[in-house]
Amino acid sequence: MIEVKNIQKSFDGKIIIQDVSAVMKAGQCNLIIGASGSGKTVLMKCMVGLFDPDHGSILYGGHDFTAMEGRDKTEIRKEIGMLFQGSALFDSQNVEQNIMFPLSMFTDWTYKKKLDRVNEVLNRVNLPDVNRKFPAELSGGMKKRVALAQAIVLNPKYLFATNPIQGSILKPPSSSTNSSKRSRSNIISLL
Amino acid sequence: MTIFSDIGRYLLMIKGMFARPENGKMYWKELIHQCTEIGFGSLGIVAIISVFIGAVSTIQTAYQLVSPLIPPSTIAQIVRDTVVLEFAPTLVCIVLAGVAGSRIASELGNMRVSEQIDALEIMGIKTKTYLVLPKVIAALIMIPLLVVIAMALGIWGGRLAGVASGIIDGYTYDRGLKEFFDPYTIKFALTKSYVFAFIISSVPAFYGYFVKGGALEIGRASTKAVVVSCILILLFDYILSALLLPT
Ligand SMILES: Nc1ncnc2c1ncn2[C@@H]1O[C@H](COP(=O)(O)OP(=O)(O)O)[C@@H](O)[C@H]1O
Ligand SMILES: [Mg+2]
Repeated sequence: MIEVKNIQKSFDGKIIIQDVSAVMKAGQCNLIIGASGSGKTVLMKCMVGLFDPDHGSILYGGHDFTAMEGRDKTEIRKEIGMLFQGSALFDSQNVEQNIMFPLSMFTDWTYKKKLDRVNEVLNRVNLPDVNRKFPAELSGGMKKRVALAQAIVLNPKYLFATNPIQGSILKPPSSSTNSSKRSRSNIISLL
Repeated sequence: MTIFSDIGRYLLMIKGMFARPENGKMYWKELIHQCTEIGFGSLGIVAIISVFIGAVSTIQTAYQLVSPLIPPSTIAQIVRDTVVLEFAPTLVCIVLAGVAGSRIASELGNMRVSEQIDALEIMGIKTKTYLVLPKVIAALIMIPLLVVIAMALGIWGGRLAGVASGIIDGYTYDRGLKEFFDPYTIKFALTKSYVFAFIISSVPAFYGYFVKGGALEIGRASTKAVVVSCILILLFDYILSALLLPT
């Protein structure tokens, strides 16, 4: 469960989000909807700790994430997968290396086991046979799918996605494609 | 005062570099990769510059030493000392600030702007340690090596030019190289190259890591990184010479 309590964030004195509170329960999919520039991404970046809120707190499973330091914060982050607006893939690495990176960093699996997992998540996002391609050789929508595959490769407990419907990688709940059934679509998914 | 807050953030970045790696093997791989990039990536330009610097030193020294009272082997001594003391460490590092420094700044700047650094943070990776530290260590390993290569090639270039233009024969040049040789000059040059290596890697990393904006700002950051690195190299060249060279 994630609890957002009275979050405020401003940049250079200009308040972007003010007094936002929400509770997101496990097994649910939560959408943040708003006009462009209204602060959806800023709120999400506060939730994952990329921005420090001016005040307010974020709780993961009852633990105050905003007050955490170093190691505890890292532990929570290992349970978070995030899909960025611009995909944020490493351009010097191909698709396979990109997705394998979190596995190499945080597991001691054999290469074979890692490769199997990479292919498994690539299948889940409907992108077989792109292992050797570099991000620059993919379309915007394909990049987002690869980024989604990377975000879920470690089986995160929490999945955040910015503008997931753009590039149509995650369909709104009404439609039922393979990927949306599996990852329960949309913005913040507590898997 | 932005300069003081910049220095503060720079020092915080340096402090932030020293943390326990999440996975030693991945950090080792990154270090090897950076050593290759910085070392082999700059070897060609360093070689060309060194040979020409040595060659020009010989010709200009000969031009300035017109007195028949001075033995020709003195030319080799002077070329040796200027190449070792100043040209190999300082000039090569100025060039490396342009070659390796701008690469470091634009690589990190691009990673910042395209949210790759944020993505790494979310995964739970300490990005200052993973992205900056291997570059600094790689520079500290490879740049002094490049400087030693530059010394050898510079002295060899001086010999080539001296023989080719008939200023000095090879035997006299080689004899001159051994006269009044003080090994301290090499030690001094290496000390300088360690300091410069730290500047060339950490200053551009700072400008790249903290870029805000888009492609335009990446270009600006890497230009600024090179300019600031060059100024710092010259400043520390002066400070270290004043402190460490007995006069
Ligand atoms: N790093 C930042 N520095 C300053 N202002 C920012 C920053 N990030 C976002 N903003 C501002 O916050 C507002 C909300 O942005 P954002 O959350 O990206 O909008 P959206 O709801 O479309 O995702 C915008 O006005 C934007 O200019
Ligand atoms: Mg947005």
